[in-house]
Amino acid sequence: MSNDVLFEIKDLEVSYGSIAAIKGISLEVRKGEIVTILGANGAGKTTTMRTISQLLKAKNGSIKFKGIELTHLPAHKIVKLGISHSPEGRRVFSILTVEENLMLGAFTRSKVNKETLNWVYELFPRLQERRKQLAGTLSGGEQQMLAIGRSLMSDPEMLLLDEPSLGIAPILVKAIFEQIKAIAGKGVTVLLVEQNAKAALKLADRGYVLDVGKIALEGTSAELLASEKVQEAYLGKKH
Amino acid sequence: MDIFLQQLANGLTIGSMFALVALGYTMVYGVMKLINFAHGDMVAASAFVGLTIYTQVMGQATSLLAVIVIFLLTALTMACVGVILERLAYRPLRNAPRLSAVVSALGASLVIQNGIMLVWGPRMRIFPELVPQVYWDFNGVVISMIQVIILVLSLVLMLALYLFVEKTRVGAAVRAASIDQDAARLMGINVNSIIALIFIIGSSLGAVGGLFIGLYYRGITFNMGWQYGLYAFIAAILGGIGNIPGAMIGGMLLGLFNAFIAGYVSSTWADAFTFILLILILIVRPTGILGERVAEKV
Repeated sequence: MSNDVLFEIKDLEVSYGSIAAIKGISLEVRKGEIVTILGANGAGKTTTMRTISQLLKAKNGSIKFKGIELTHLPAHKIVKLGISHSPEGRRVFSILTVEENLMLGAFTRSKVNKETLNWVYELFPRLQERRKQLAGTLSGGEQQMLAIGRSLMSDPEMLLLDEPSLGIAPILVKAIFEQIKAIAGKGVTVLLVEQNAKAALKLADRGYVLDVGKIALEGTSAELLASEKVQEAYLGKKH
Repeated sequence: MDIFLQQLANGLTIGSMFALVALGYTMVYGVMKLINFAHGDMVAASAFVGLTIYTQVMGQATSLLAVIVIFLLTALTMACVGVILERLAYRPLRNAPRLSAVVSALGASLVIQNGIMLVWGPRMRIFPELVPQVYWDFNGVVISMIQVIILVLSLVLMLALYLFVEKTRVGAAVRAASIDQDAARLMGINVNSIIALIFIIGSSLGAVGGLFIGLYYRGITFNMGWQYGLYAFIAAILGGIGNIPGAMIGGMLLGLFNAFIAGYVSSTWADAFTFILLILILIVRPTGILGERVAEKV
């Protein structure tokens, strides 16, 4: 792992109307890392992810990827820079086929990268089996695989994964987390938002704990796993 | 049997005009969830624009080449008007409540309708005879050259649109944007460009529809957009609003329905029966024939 900062958020503030959702957070992700953002419902995790992708606009602060300021860019320009976002709730295109969904993932490329497509099918063989099926007919876990696969099709340098375990059978959660590890193993930097703190910290190098719009804790995964606060709040252990 | 075949031919002709216009409603609805009430008036405007291009630009020429140029120039003009309409009347209200956009659409409809009246006057104008009046008589079933041209050209345009939407990368982006705009943005799709493209396609097809109305019915009035727009709108609902093949099928079926009512019942009753049909669809199958292909899994 090198020390190059690939991605950096500084003093970010985001509001929904007059309600502040993110109240000045700063974080950084180095090249090749898996970094997780933990927190309860409503802590601002998804808001942070959507602001990185410019689906939401920041009120204050900066978001930089490879030194490029993102906050002034329209949402559709982000993926071309090398950041791909697999959104909360999967958001697959339900009445398009699995294959069409994957092709749309490569929309910014002039040609679909066959190698990437094969890699995605290798990671999630289920997608290849069902490539002619409409995405809306897949199970929740399969849709999650499709959402991740689709976000890989642009050959991103950094992957934003928002709650890949949400509403999915435990056995599939394990499989998906293993594939996230494999994706990171290929050199893709990962920023992972999770409610499943234990699974996320097992996978990640470092983590941030978000609490009502502020960063409450940060550290390496080992530090966070050992922290009493994290154990109490997210891992259900009482001291 | 003669009445049946005659009304079949007539129904397919008016059905293809309905379908061309219905596509404009359904494509805009698909991506923006907005009924573009100004679309019918855009169609009416096309007939007048075509008339002016014929008299002022083409010097009343009716050669095949001249007619093609009239169609292309009219479609181009209306495509520009469509893009401007979206910029002025709809884009500023993109994040406003649904009702504001609907009111804006109704306002745009009135502006265009009155605009036509100011420019071309309130009286009925006669559309030029761009196509020779040739009729073929098949044992009492009369088919005109205009009917054949309308049907064939409409089918060609619809097939081209279908292939574009189903088989190309940009077509897939249009479908993606109509399912989930934010997810489409995450794919790098510029949703504003897609919306502009939809207005270009919808307005051009509507322009061809407007010229067909002029060719077929001859008399054009500034307020005819309401009537034809309403029919096309019903066709779009019949097929399943937001669904492109649905608008094509809906238009054809409505045209046939209309022609058969006119043939077997009475043409004065055609409108009444059409609206009864609309009410029945809304009661029995509000999603239309092709609406909601899949129940979404949550």
